[in-house]
Amino acid sequence: MHDEFHGDLLEVSMGPQHPSTHGVFRMVVTLDGEQIVKLKPVFGYLHRNHEKIAESTSYLGSMPYTDRLDYLCSMSTNWAYALAVEKLSGQAVPDRAQYLRIIMAELTRLVNHSCLVGFLFNDLGTSFTPLLYAFREREKILDLFESLSGSRMMCNYQRFGGCRVDPSPEWLAAARTLVEGFPRFLDEYETMLTGNEIMLARTQGVGRLDPAHAVNAGITGPVLRASGVGYDLRKVDGYGFYPRFDFRVPLGEHGDTYDRYMMRILEMRESVKILQQAFRDLPAGPVMDPKAKLRGFRPKAGEAYGRLEGPKGELGFYLISDGSPNPWRYRVRPPSLINLTLLEEMCLGHTIADAVVILGSIDIVLGEVDR
Amino acid sequence: METPEQIRDRLLARFPAAKVELVTNPGTAAEHSLLLDAAHARDIALFLRDDPALRLDYCSNVTGVDWPEKKTAVSAPKTAVPTLVERVDPNALPGTPAPASALGSTRSTPANDSGNYLEAVYHLYSMALKHGPVIIRLRTGNRTDRVTLPSLTPVWRAADFQEREIFDLYGIVFAGHPDLRRLLMWDEFQDHPMRRDYVAPDDFEWEPTPHGDVHERAKGHYPTTEGLKG
Amino acid sequence: MSEPAHHTPFPSAGNISDAEREDLRRHGILISSLEELYGWGRSNSIWPLQFGLACCAIEMIAAATARFDIARFGAEIFRPSPRQADLMIVSGTVTKKMAPQVVRLWNQMPEPKYCIAMGACAISGGPFKQGYNVLKGIDRFIPVDIYIPGCPPRPEALLHGLTQLQDKIRAERISGPQAARHLQPDAASEFPVPDFGAHDLQPPSNPNLFTAPVLPRKA
Ligand code: SF4
Repeated sequence: MHDEFHGDLLEVSMGPQHPSTHGVFRMVVTLDGEQIVKLKPVFGYLHRNHEKIAESTSYLGSMPYTDRLDYLCSMSTNWAYALAVEKLSGQAVPDRAQYLRIIMAELTRLVNHSCLVGFLFNDLGTSFTPLLYAFREREKILDLFESLSGSRMMCNYQRFGGCRVDPSPEWLAAARTLVEGFPRFLDEYETMLTGNEIMLARTQGVGRLDPAHAVNAGITGPVLRASGVGYDLRKVDGYGFYPRFDFRVPLGEHGDTYDRYMMRILEMRESVKILQQAFRDLPAGPVMDPKAKLRGFRPKAGEAYGRLEGPKGELGFYLISDGSPNPWRYRVRPPSLINLTLLEEMCLGHTIADAVVILGSIDIVLGEVDR
Repeated sequence: METPEQIRDRLLARFPAAKVELVTNPGTAAEHSLLLDAAHARDIALFLRDDPALRLDYCSNVTGVDWPEKKTAVSAPKTAVPTLVERVDPNALPGTPAPASALGSTRSTPANDSGNYLEAVYHLYSMALKHGPVIIRLRTGNRTDRVTLPSLTPVWRAADFQEREIFDLYGIVFAGHPDLRRLLMWDEFQDHPMRRDYVAPDDFEWEPTPHGDVHERAKGHYPTTEGLKG
Repeated sequence: MSEPAHHTPFPSAGNISDAEREDLRRHGILISSLEELYGWGRSNSIWPLQFGLACCAIEMIAAATARFDIARFGAEIFRPSPRQADLMIVSGTVTKKMAPQVVRLWNQMPEPKYCIAMGACAISGGPFKQGYNVLKGIDRFIPVDIYIPGCPPRPEALLHGLTQLQDKIRAERISGPQAARHLQPDAASEFPVPDFGAHDLQPPSNPNLFTAPVLPRKA
């Protein structure tokens, strides 16, 4: 491509240590001037052999490892795993636990989305400020998680057939107060960010993703919905008690970075609605199925694929049991990894500074990408 | 949505030369799957994707599974069940296959065969019609030299990274994949670590806390206690 | 400025006792040795490398945010470039694929430099110790000054580790056999970067740095 008008192409390796790649992610970018003509992601810098370890551990023993998969959303990852095991073993879950799971999953979504927006703005060059707001809210939610489960980040809360502990009335009251106050934080956040001129200039029309390609590439979650495809497993599969809740699934229109940002904000508002309904309707009762067996748990031979709508997309667990205490095959379907499939196509023709923003808007966590 | 049996019958009518088998799932989930032969897999996949009644436009999950040769002689279930942590021969060198006893198992998904193949499992859904899953499986001839399967990445781009991962960790070669390289391990790496007979490098030089298998493996590196006795 | 009780007193300037120095201090006169001043300055302006590996990195970020505010200890300037950093916080699982880059980053940092191993993974492999791609402790390749256990350590634990490191820096001497590592001409500053082998890293650990500790065991 060397002629009068085109200089040499430049190949840049971004990462694995790079301030804006959300962990140890690496992209090999070929640049023509400042324009990206080729982009190859390189994975594996956080490949921690989760699946291999899980195949030599008991079913319950893998639960703490699922915390560490997507370390921003341990509660919903726990649930996805519990869901798959319950499907494999046919366990029932008491009503109260179903509600608690939804409460935890939606609180996690609030944590994830608010932090993601903070990180996205970090990538846009705001140098930490929105992140400080997001982490302020995150700390409040983590305090709730900690007082309930004993750990800030690694909650290890769900069990096959229910939840580990029952929250006290004080906990529920505190959680309720937090949720009531959350829309105020969102308003504050949006005042600061949504209409921002630089933000609009940097995100609108950047990193377009068209719906047909997105579906074919298995993109899920807010990234898919920003392109206008209404596929939310909370509605489609109706797992847990989600069919009992009244909420809407926001859809984008342009599939650009700006829509992906708005999707997160709108989803947080819907999550607040779900949480309010959950606190209102939370029934009394046990949180564990009394018949559930935790020690010596051996599901009968067979296989199951359980999936749910995680904050990042479809999080699935595929388990093959051979009737022994350990799964024969334990597979995580990582939404973060698969959502990166079209990263190259989204970045082509943009500048390298935009690539960072596009990556930020996809929302990945490396623990899940590489497992 | 049609049952797997109906899909199988339709596929057989449409592709008379193809071999399509129903693999039943004895578990509670009862998600049965279709075993396709490698030669027709790409055509069948295209058909499944574009058929107006199915429209399986979304390939959610691609999994590799290793089924080493089943030891039919194993009868005592006590030894056949894999222990809590997988036992490996500490003397084996990295990369050498573990003794067959380490692979003992009472696995039962493919109940009627003796194993010795690698498998790729695809979970298909329809985003347009909001149904699924339809599960298809492909099997290699054996685990050593006949490990090629047709890639379904041209049909579903979603399989791209996942097939690369299976190539990396299981060693299934996906013919027709646009960019088949290792995904997670480095390029110079030679083993396929998710196989059941993979032996990890022995680098547990010191392990102060009892931690099951790690503890056992570390013992080989402990200093002798003879000097301390006297 | 009162020193923590466990702190070794610095050799004072001239023949002034600590009590006399304290007395002068109350009158607004500061007497210090160069060594003390040097250590004090360095310990309160540690610039960490902005570099996160896994889950622990999130807690590291949390330590930098308003609630925990690492700026109180002078360490809020996270530098993205190793050339500008004094402290490497290895926050998370070091995989074998990542280990060469971590060593390379360490080699690129100028002296004086320090390393904190944050979390069980960086110390020993932690929960992922059985993994074939997991390095069983970063101290196999680079020298670690402070170990912070936990999975993940709380931000407070990171702050505690940081103050421990500050104490360590303040106790370093300028000259003599107890001089700080970077002032000893023959102390290594760069460490060999391992290669990717066919089955494992080559070498799997740095023999000059890491030897399996001898277990004190009863016969
Ligand atoms: S020590 Fe725990 S929290 Fe930290 S990186 Fe390792 S697994 Fe994650």
